Amino acid sequence: MTGLSARRGRQADARSAAGAAGPAAPGTGALLRTEALTKHFKVGTALSRRTLHAADDVSMSIGERQIVALAGESGSGKSTIARLLTRIYKPTSGEIYFQGTPLSSIRSRADRLRYSGLVPMVFQDPFSSINPVFRISHGVLRALALHRPELSRRQRYAEAERVFGVVGLTPAAEVLQRYPHELSGGQRQRVGFAQALAMRPKLIVADEPVSMLDVSIRIGLLNLMARLRDQEGVSILYITHDIASARYVADRLIVMYAGHIAESGPVEEVLAGPRHPYTQLLLSAVPDPRAPLAVGAATDRGEPPKVIDPAPGCRFRWRCPLAIDRCHQVTPELRELLPAHHAACHVARAGAATKAFG
Amino acid sequence: MPSGPANRAGSASGEAARGAAQPPGARSPAAGPPAAGSPRAGAILEVRDLSVDYLAGSGAVTAVDRVSFHVDPGEFMGIVGESGCGKSTLLFGIARLLAPPAELSGGCVMFRGANMVGLTDKELAAVRWKDLSVVMQSAMNALNPVTSIRAQFRDAMRAHGVTSRHEIARRSAEVLQMVGIDPVHLDSYPHQLSGGMRQRSMIAMAMLFTPELVIMDEPTSALDVVAQRSLMVQIKELQRQYGFAVIFVTHDMSLISHFSDRLMVMYAGQVAEIGATRRVFESPLHPYSAGLMEAFPSIRGPRAELTGIPGSPPDLARPPQGCRFAPRCPKVMPRCTSEQPGLYRAGGTDVRCFLHEGGAGTAGAGNGGAGDSGGDGGGVAGADSGSRS
Repeated sequence: MTGLSARRGRQADARSAAGAAGPAAPGTGALLRTEALTKHFKVGTALSRRTLHAADDVSMSIGERQIVALAGESGSGKSTIARLLTRIYKPTSGEIYFQGTPLSSIRSRADRLRYSGLVPMVFQDPFSSINPVFRISHGVLRALALHRPELSRRQRYAEAERVFGVVGLTPAAEVLQRYPHELSGGQRQRVGFAQALAMRPKLIVADEPVSMLDVSIRIGLLNLMARLRDQEGVSILYITHDIASARYVADRLIVMYAGHIAESGPVEEVLAGPRHPYTQLLLSAVPDPRAPLAVGAATDRGEPPKVIDPAPGCRFRWRCPLAIDRCHQVTPELRELLPAHHAACHVARAGAATKAFG
Repeated sequence: MPSGPANRAGSASGEAARGAAQPPGARSPAAGPPAAGSPRAGAILEVRDLSVDYLAGSGAVTAVDRVSFHVDPGEFMGIVGESGCGKSTLLFGIARLLAPPAELSGGCVMFRGANMVGLTDKELAAVRWKDLSVVMQSAMNALNPVTSIRAQFRDAMRAHGVTSRHEIARRSAEVLQMVGIDPVHLDSYPHQLSGGMRQRSMIAMAMLFTPELVIMDEPTSALDVVAQRSLMVQIKELQRQYGFAVIFVTHDMSLISHFSDRLMVMYAGQVAEIGATRRVFESPLHPYSAGLMEAFPSIRGPRAELTGIPGSPPDLARPPQGCRFAPRCPKVMPRCTSEQPGLYRAGGTDVRCFLHEGGAGTAGAGNGGAGDSGGDGGGVAGADSGSRS
């Protein structure tokens, strides 16, 4: 077991809280699992205090050695989920279980450190996420000193070279001595993955890691993510708005809309037979040069709602051509329509997909 | 500057004017200094050997290197390339928006028969918004955050002599409706609009005078796929109705594939390939375009392993001696590293690659002639300076 409690710890007593729940809770093979995870933000002034529902009732799981793509428009709550999973935000309600251990039970600094080493994050903007005044080696060596204190100085350097080699930054010894401005965007993003990898993570939360890179370089990073899964056994939560890249690299796909999960399932199955009307809209909007042009499809002009003090009901109902009365009154819950394929829609059926778009 | 409005009569009357394909350029005899030969018949914009340098401390960096192309009236011209390939600089050069340290170092931009390069600021001001408008990449930064949309529309119209309050209000509401925004938003400030609406109001502003050419610099890159798609459909629809030409710069190959008539692929400041969009997509000739086609995954079809293009674009301060793509090219030949390829015509497209040198003749017509300046040390540089048809 390589869980929270398995990490070498200096404060055995502090560890007990996190370790108490032991390995994954019975019946769940998931590495990480969320239960009704909710994050609300207060907006407005004291006179008009309102609540923004960034993420509502999000229940999802990520398996071992799995790439899960979390897709959705901006404002759908996908980055909020990333920040909740990496403990940057505290959930308003709901719980995150990592290897069966609830995160709310983490108390000590050592446990927190251990968790952030196991679930590191890779950021969107490779130009602002690396400190420009230090050499590239600075970030990764610091992370190693903090998260793997058992290593000697020499070992830390050897480990830094190893992870740089794994992410394809060669010759590693030379790259480590460079400054960030000497690297291209793609190389910097590889540095981000190398830093994450140095901490021997179980799950890398990658928030739009390729969206700022050029197309010719993106594929290289997507291939790197697949390699990290296959060779290093790391799981990745790949947050993206690019469905095509999600399909390319991910095993499972979760589609979010306005803070709710709209649909989730094996990526090929969801793309071949999307059940939720929003997923259908999203897929019909993806440009595909290999397909003939079909103008007219998806000329939807709606915009995702601002989820401030929402009334109950499906949040997609204003844009949905299939909406029925029930959609305006009852918030749909995720239902398992096919094995491992869930959709939160009153209209969606298990049989032939009900077509709304595309 | 030859008078603008005179020959614009037809443009607002919808697509009827399209079929007639009137050549606006031909009707402006008082054109600026014609550099070489006459302007291409019928083209609304012709860019010839345009070069832009950035003056750096260590010497000039040529960001746009002798780029030539033309845009016909009502055409949708796509320009794609990676960041740093000079596509935005090219647009800024065409619209004369360059600010130091960038500087036009050669070539000419013939817009409706007149050379934009020689115009004074005052003459430029008369053309901008009226005959040629630019939609910037980030509407959030391009719109003034402290005034309402109405005030910004009013400014542009007043600058061009529309003083009637009634007329300003009418036209402002009209253009906003054209892009699918309720005119109540005229009184909104930019921060009150969503990203898609901001970008749409920029396009509405560009439409105030129904220009003949709209230059768009990645207008959809900040939008989600659904908003992006609907904006593209809308631009296309407006273009069909009002018949303006569009130059659309993007890094998103898949987006452009459905909307543009012709496509120019830029690499390291040069034209790599230029031709009909479908043709470039179906049979890309330049190894770089071919690589780009293979670089993005699809949501349909088999899930194949892709490779992208290893390596990164060259440092333009020290461009490779031969072909600029040679260090990354899978089909590199010995000669590519020492000689600069010209732009060769092969089956309707112009391509900068030795593989197509022996195509159906070298490029000279229309888009060609990019290699005819000396000083680049390329042995074949003069080979394609053939006559323009």
